[in-house]
Amino acid sequence: MSVLVNKDSKIICQGLTGRQGSFHSKQCLEYGTQVVAGVTPGRGGQTHLDLPVYDTVEEAARETGATVSMIYVPAPFAADAIVEAVSAGMELVVCITEGVPAQDMIKVKTIMADYDCRLIGPNCPGIITPGECKIGIMPGFIHKPGCVGVISRSGTLTYEAVYQTTCNGLGQSTCIGIGGDAVRGMDFIDCLELFEEDEQTEGIVMVGEIGGSDEEAAAEYIRDHVSKPVVAYIAGVTAPPGKRMGHAGAIVSGGKGTAAEKFRALEAAGVTTVRSPADLGSTIKSRLGG
Amino acid sequence: MNLHEYQSKQLFAEYGIPVPTGHAVHTADDAAQAARDLGGELWVVKAQVHAGGRGKGGGVKLVRDPGEVSAAAEALLGSRLVTPQTGAEGLPVNTVLVESGTDIDRELYLSMLIDRGSERIVVMASAAGGMDIEEVAARTPEKIVKAFVHPAAGLMGYQCRQLAFGLELEGKQIGAFSKIVQALYRLFIERDASLVEVNPLVVTGAGEVIALDAKINIEANALFRQQAILEKRDPSQEDPMENRASAHGLNYVSLDGSIACMVNGAGLAMATMDLIKLHGGEPANFLDVGGDATSERVANAFKLILSNEKVLAILVNIFGGIVRCDLIAEGIIEAVKEVGVSVPVIVRLEGTNVDKGRQLLADSGLDIISADDLTDAAKKAVKAAG
Repeated sequence: MSVLVNKDSKIICQGLTGRQGSFHSKQCLEYGTQVVAGVTPGRGGQTHLDLPVYDTVEEAARETGATVSMIYVPAPFAADAIVEAVSAGMELVVCITEGVPAQDMIKVKTIMADYDCRLIGPNCPGIITPGECKIGIMPGFIHKPGCVGVISRSGTLTYEAVYQTTCNGLGQSTCIGIGGDAVRGMDFIDCLELFEEDEQTEGIVMVGEIGGSDEEAAAEYIRDHVSKPVVAYIAGVTAPPGKRMGHAGAIVSGGKGTAAEKFRALEAAGVTTVRSPADLGSTIKSRLGG
Repeated sequence: MNLHEYQSKQLFAEYGIPVPTGHAVHTADDAAQAARDLGGELWVVKAQVHAGGRGKGGGVKLVRDPGEVSAAAEALLGSRLVTPQTGAEGLPVNTVLVESGTDIDRELYLSMLIDRGSERIVVMASAAGGMDIEEVAARTPEKIVKAFVHPAAGLMGYQCRQLAFGLELEGKQIGAFSKIVQALYRLFIERDASLVEVNPLVVTGAGEVIALDAKINIEANALFRQQAILEKRDPSQEDPMENRASAHGLNYVSLDGSIACMVNGAGLAMATMDLIKLHGGEPANFLDVGGDATSERVANAFKLILSNEKVLAILVNIFGGIVRCDLIAEGIIEAVKEVGVSVPVIVRLEGTNVDKGRQLLADSGLDIISADDLTDAAKKAVKAAG
């Protein structure tokens, strides 16, 4: 088992014919992911990467039976693309696009309340179930099927955590990059809930960062609902207040959202925290008795 | 992106929000002329910088004579204003706003921002105007009234009234206040604001409600559709290094330490800073060269880092995913040759083609210290910076 996606997941790519969509879809296909079609308005009927291209998500879903959409369309059009996928009945939407305005995302989230659909991102590396299905921009080869569930707000920092659990032999059940934006789809709690239920997942690695209070909320949830070992790291101890550190959501304002506060909340909830990201792999291994 | 107070007030006026009459000027003579044009016998001269706490920093002067207006402007213009929010160097004052003085009866607080928890726009108001809202929130949270706006319905009339009653406004003030909040909400939506703050919003002796101060932040991600706002940008208020970085597609934030870092990815860049600190050093910057770093970008990043004289060592930390380590290594070698790096460079590569990348660095004949992993890299960088 794994969470959200596996070898049977059928995926369409919105923005398949664009530079980013094209490059990364090719990588996903090479990984063995079932990318079955693309959507580019106005290019319906063409083929790209040997895949059929449709004008609308609705048509692509109807013709292929896909239930997951991977989005690479440029930021000004990303919110529209997400809503199109959601209203076409997709079960999971993964939006990789960076730079989507927060006010657009507020509208998206309001519409999504009416649908039974999950959103990962925007501004995220995507989701991967090693050996089965890769949706996003993460390098496939650093992953290995195994027992650790990984949840992260970051991209390359996730790869660090993943690679450590690959090198020490644990491997991963599924890795979810939830993205660095302030208004986004799935949060830590949504992912924790799935990993707690998943039989393949034995332990969870959580990579947070400064800004907002999602890590604090996750800490409370872990205390009350998660029985599996959780190891966490928060990036941004040295970040100066009020400055945006690359990610739109990574900002410390008015003394709130600091790394120290997040570490404290997680520790109080029984989570094993590490001050160095280099210790994530060895720490989850020792928590799992390895 | 931040706007100046005078720019924010121009926007307020466009949306029908009452503001004091005033003129933004760049010289002391124009300031005196502005005071004469405005008339009356009380003026305020306000330094225009992108920071709060201007009153505490001496950037707001109340004067009763046009000659004093000129003197106050003279003292501020060309100076650097240091406030509790600017850091020790302060920010340059190139513009002052000369306004008619206002007869204040009550000072209130009003703001609008995106609340991450509820994923809604929230309006906050407080009867404790003129104070930091963080301070009010910490000491007397019951004094803050809030309204969360449903995106489909927009800001409703009853919500504005609730806020007005919460502020103990009465009579005609309730309608005037509601109009202001509605206008502010329209501005917030139409201009893609991430924060609008009016502190204070005042009730005058005559019972009018006006915005005495104005602060607007526009969301960076939405600037592609806010051309008119973009034209109001004032680079003099921004960190010159950060501006240079953004021109090259680099994400850079200046810090005070001596170890420069160059990393791909924002999360890993923050983690690298934390590691330097953890092992006893101080990071000189945050620098994300992006997930698709090219050798050209790496070269530009080196140039940027080296223009900071405080830098005693450079730590390059790249996790090659989609990017190949051998390409990054080539970029580093080119950059070091071209720029002529005079401080120790520590490089940690991991990921795709890592062996080839390390080999290239080893064979380059350049004085590059190679690190095996994250911890090793941080320790070596701290040691190299002495």
